[in-house]
Amino acid sequence: MQAASSGATIMLDPAVRPDDDVILSVEDLAVHFPLGGGLLGGGHRLLRAVDGIDLELKRGECLGLVGESGCGKSTVALSLLGLLTPTRGRIVLDGHVVTERRSVDRKRLARIAQMVFQDPYASLNPRQTVRRTLEDPLRLHGVTARSEIDGRIAEMLRHVGLRPEQAGRYPHEFSGGQRQRIGIARALILNPKIVICDEPVSALDVSIRAQIINLLLELKESLGLSYIMISHDLGVVEHMSDRVAVMYLGRIVETGGWRDIFERPAHPYTQTLIAAIPDPLRRAPLATARGELPNPLDPPDGCAFSPRCRYAEAVCRREPGPSLETRPDGHAVRCWRADEIAGQLPS
Amino acid sequence: MTAAPLIEVEGLRIDLADGARHVAAVEGVSFRIDRGETFGLVGESGCGKSITALALIGLLRRPLSIAAGAIRFEGREIQGLSAAEQRALRGNRIAMIFQEPMTALNPVSPVGRQIAEMFVLHKGKSWREANQLAVEALANVRVPAPERRVKDYPHQLSGGMRQRVMIAIALACDPDLLIADEPTTALDVTVQAEIIELMRNLCAERGTAILMISHDLGLVANVCSRVGVMYAGRIVEERGSDDIFRAGAHPYTQGLVDSLPRLGSRAALGRSRLREIAGVVPAIADFPSGCRFNPRCAQATEICRTTVPETTWLGAGGLVRCHHHA
Repeated sequence: MQAASSGATIMLDPAVRPDDDVILSVEDLAVHFPLGGGLLGGGHRLLRAVDGIDLELKRGECLGLVGESGCGKSTVALSLLGLLTPTRGRIVLDGHVVTERRSVDRKRLARIAQMVFQDPYASLNPRQTVRRTLEDPLRLHGVTARSEIDGRIAEMLRHVGLRPEQAGRYPHEFSGGQRQRIGIARALILNPKIVICDEPVSALDVSIRAQIINLLLELKESLGLSYIMISHDLGVVEHMSDRVAVMYLGRIVETGGWRDIFERPAHPYTQTLIAAIPDPLRRAPLATARGELPNPLDPPDGCAFSPRCRYAEAVCRREPGPSLETRPDGHAVRCWRADEIAGQLPS
Repeated sequence: MTAAPLIEVEGLRIDLADGARHVAAVEGVSFRIDRGETFGLVGESGCGKSITALALIGLLRRPLSIAAGAIRFEGREIQGLSAAEQRALRGNRIAMIFQEPMTALNPVSPVGRQIAEMFVLHKGKSWREANQLAVEALANVRVPAPERRVKDYPHQLSGGMRQRVMIAIALACDPDLLIADEPTTALDVTVQAEIIELMRNLCAERGTAILMISHDLGLVANVCSRVGVMYAGRIVEERGSDDIFRAGAHPYTQGLVDSLPRLGSRAALGRSRLREIAGVVPAIADFPSGCRFNPRCAQATEICRTTVPETTWLGAGGLVRCHHHA
């Protein structure tokens, strides 16, 4: 599963001592994609998929990363895994600096961070048995004794709620939920410390989602994992996360503890996002943000949310959003009018 | 005029042919939708909700076919109509929008032309008139600068704009029934809220009934006045949307609601383990006998394994099909 062929390189810097508390830190991460000129000779353009974000994941914590399509959350995930070369910024994973243009230790990285993908149909090799899928990473990482391989595979399958005797089967012989269990087993087989879950339940049937969410939370406790939980499903994020970061157009607009985000959302975008979720037990008009996500190639002047924001004033359209001011309680908001509108939920 | 419902489905069975073998993908499905009403069908993949909708609009194709039952539109059986009559019904009286507007729209035709086509085919307008009407139709679905947008191709529009175009096409001929099959599943939530608002307002203005199909309980509860819950090819519960999820009578309905990490529930109740529905959704060829939910149901007893539950009528026209209903 660790893709071997991207441009990113990883340097292990012995000078960086692992902080006991923080297992992952991201400083000023930016990922820009230069796009070639158009067929008719348009100029070169720059897509700022991620444009200067800071994140911190503490040991044993689940950090939710939410936002709509195109906000850059999956680009962040790929950068953390070293699958994309950041344009600038610094990523430290468990004391190891993931930077650009230095010697690679991708294998080391693979033992620190792994990923669970959205679509268990697309992310498993249909021509490999479960055993093969789980065995390859072990062999690559120097586990060669048959008995140890078999033992670890059997143990991992039990961990994720499958039976060891199912190891000889192919992905198509499993249901969607079981396939996601295989995807989780693959992510965990090398005993990583961090698991990045990118929409782990959105491709599953509603009645199966609870099984996988419960499993992920159990594994987090029993194996002492730290999660980055990427999802557009705010219900899932609220249920699983300790802290949450809300992204909009390549930037974090609000971050804080899950209660801050869900009970006291301060950014108008977070407020809109929460009020736009239809609740099966409560019929209410859904909040709407005017218009759609702007084209990231042509971002609006001022605060990126200002064209859709009900509170936008002249300053919002003129000046880019303020820097993310962290309050003493860890709640941070990037909004010119945050103090005036905090806590209001649009109806 | 008698009080014939706009559309009435009675004892619908849809077969899936697998070689010589026929299995019932949908069985004993009955419901009615009155003029201007909003009715939702919820269920998981494979429960038969989408093929039920396709049957209503006469779009079932092999290996699927209607094996039993009747679909009546304003009292007239749809299966009895000629192909030409069915075509006239489709688009004109019954219209449909799909989950992924990119695949439902023609990629090599400007969107304005695709809307105008409706007026030419169904209303006998000239292309000149139809093009003018297409601009108005785009304006009605709140597409900015419609006179320029009509010349755009689908790939030049965002997902939300494409779904607006689909709605413009569907509502072009003022249909009596709009079937919306997962209309916002491919869209972001803030865009979903806008599209739902638009669809609801336009249909309310024109008195168009909506049959909405979705796996999203919250969405269906908020858009529809009545909801049917489907499981493995059957409707297991049908109620007003205020009651169905708050006080589900069928163990499957209750299980679905309890398994959801609902926004706000952690703050209200703390983080507890989500209630799981054990097992998996059965494949069409392996539907269990008796109540089809019985292998996954905590309340199942012997009768559930052997006997298909009868319909129990609840108050206010609601119904449930369960031997041990709440």
